[in-house]
Amino acid sequence: MSPTKTGVPRAGPGAALDRAETARYARHLVLPEVGREGQERLKAARVLLVGAGGLGSPAALYLAAAGVGTLGVVDPDVVDVTNLQRQILHGTSDLGGLKVASAKETLHDVNPHVHVEPYPEKLTSDNAMEIVAEYDVVVDGSDNFPTRYLVNDACVLSGRPNVYGSVYRWEGQLAVFGVEGGPCYRCLFREPPPPGMVPNCAEAGVFGALPGVIGAAQAMETIKLLLDVGQPVAGRLQIFDALAYRWREIEVRRDPGCPVCGDRPTVTAPVDYDLFCGTAPTATPGRDENGVAQLDPGDLIAVMTGNTSRTWDPADLLRLNLAWDPTDYPDLGFARPFLLDVREPIEWDAMNLARLGAVLVPMGQVPERLDKIPRGRPVVVYCHSGVRSLEVANFLAAQGYDEVRNLEGGIAAVLETNPEVLGLGE
Amino acid sequence: MNVLFFASHRELAGAGDTVVALPERSTVNALLAALRERGGGLARLPEQVAVAVNRQYADGETVLADGDEVALIPPVAGG
Ligand SMILES: [Zn+2]
Repeated sequence: MSPTKTGVPRAGPGAALDRAETARYARHLVLPEVGREGQERLKAARVLLVGAGGLGSPAALYLAAAGVGTLGVVDPDVVDVTNLQRQILHGTSDLGGLKVASAKETLHDVNPHVHVEPYPEKLTSDNAMEIVAEYDVVVDGSDNFPTRYLVNDACVLSGRPNVYGSVYRWEGQLAVFGVEGGPCYRCLFREPPPPGMVPNCAEAGVFGALPGVIGAAQAMETIKLLLDVGQPVAGRLQIFDALAYRWREIEVRRDPGCPVCGDRPTVTAPVDYDLFCGTAPTATPGRDENGVAQLDPGDLIAVMTGNTSRTWDPADLLRLNLAWDPTDYPDLGFARPFLLDVREPIEWDAMNLARLGAVLVPMGQVPERLDKIPRGRPVVVYCHSGVRSLEVANFLAAQGYDEVRNLEGGIAAVLETNPEVLGLGE
Repeated sequence: MNVLFFASHRELAGAGDTVVALPERSTVNALLAALRERGGGLARLPEQVAVAVNRQYADGETVLADGDEVALIPPVAGG
């Protein structure tokens, strides 16, 4: 292995191309920057894709088509129907199957010369170093902050470039981290955002073609690194706004004080990233460490209707609600909680718990609209998946509200357990 | 100076950009404090915000000049 100018370990002389490969890569072979030598180097190269989702799909498709010899794909998830709007490795017939399985099948069809190594598991602090060591370049197409910090640290500690991409609604980011002399993800984002501050794709939505743009750019940067051609997008964070169609470039330097790539690193092995990001599952079920209790979604209807005496029959609820004026709170004869929805209006419009009397106050407006949230009555807070609402619940408890509870798993859990209580498009 | 917001910051601010007037030789940290004081969603700007001044990554102690373009870089994790 000889170091290249970008610090990518070069996988020795490339494997020779056979006649079929020579024909397949003809348009590469005539490019002076690729040629037979470069194409053989791609054949010998090994690239790890973390995530086979919105970003991993286009990235893997282009890497396979380009003839990168070995593609590792790490993803523990199965294909869900909501993935298909953007995750183009998977199709309708793959629903319910492992993403790594459909990824392997699709990539094999695109290019049977490529070996796909599936990892149907989560990348963790325990396995990351071992897996990353097997590859020349890592493509980060993960979907959460703990994994992004883990990928970064494992890449820096292993000396592997991290081709980073991420998306949110209509905006994307792209950068190459962890090449010699360049910054890493932690140089840019020293601390993770507070949990619940940044909604994920499920909560916030994502424009389907956007990860196509960012993921294809990740494939391009990966191939450039492997060929050692051009200038990698290292030290130059790209921010893409699809609505305005605008790319912005921000110069980022390596931070000598960075805890992982700095001059005196304090992170010398993967750490506990759920703890670091504050996303660790709560220690005791039903009660968060700050004292705000969790409400099991299965108990929501009983809590909201006062019917705790027997197993609830959803049909009763529908009958009750047909004649139920949600302003009738005081007459119900029990301490009916105030049900607070802290999502955004667009999420409320898609589905809500108005049938149970929910009131919408988006998270960002809660501090200045406390007058909308009555005191002297229990409060149940919910959002899409229970993360943002936990933050609001803790905030309300700190503001002196009694008996604040967080709906565990959010409205998504209600959709699973009691879809009949959801108001759709109301 | 002109402040640019992206992604989740754009939603906190309710706009893609804003103009902030600060005394001469104010720092990035002073600018962030002034933004938080505006209240509303901006009150929830996290403690640590990545910032670029005139398209260069800058720390909290960076001194700002009139006419500087300050971009708040949002953490984004979606994939
Ligand atoms: Zn660093």
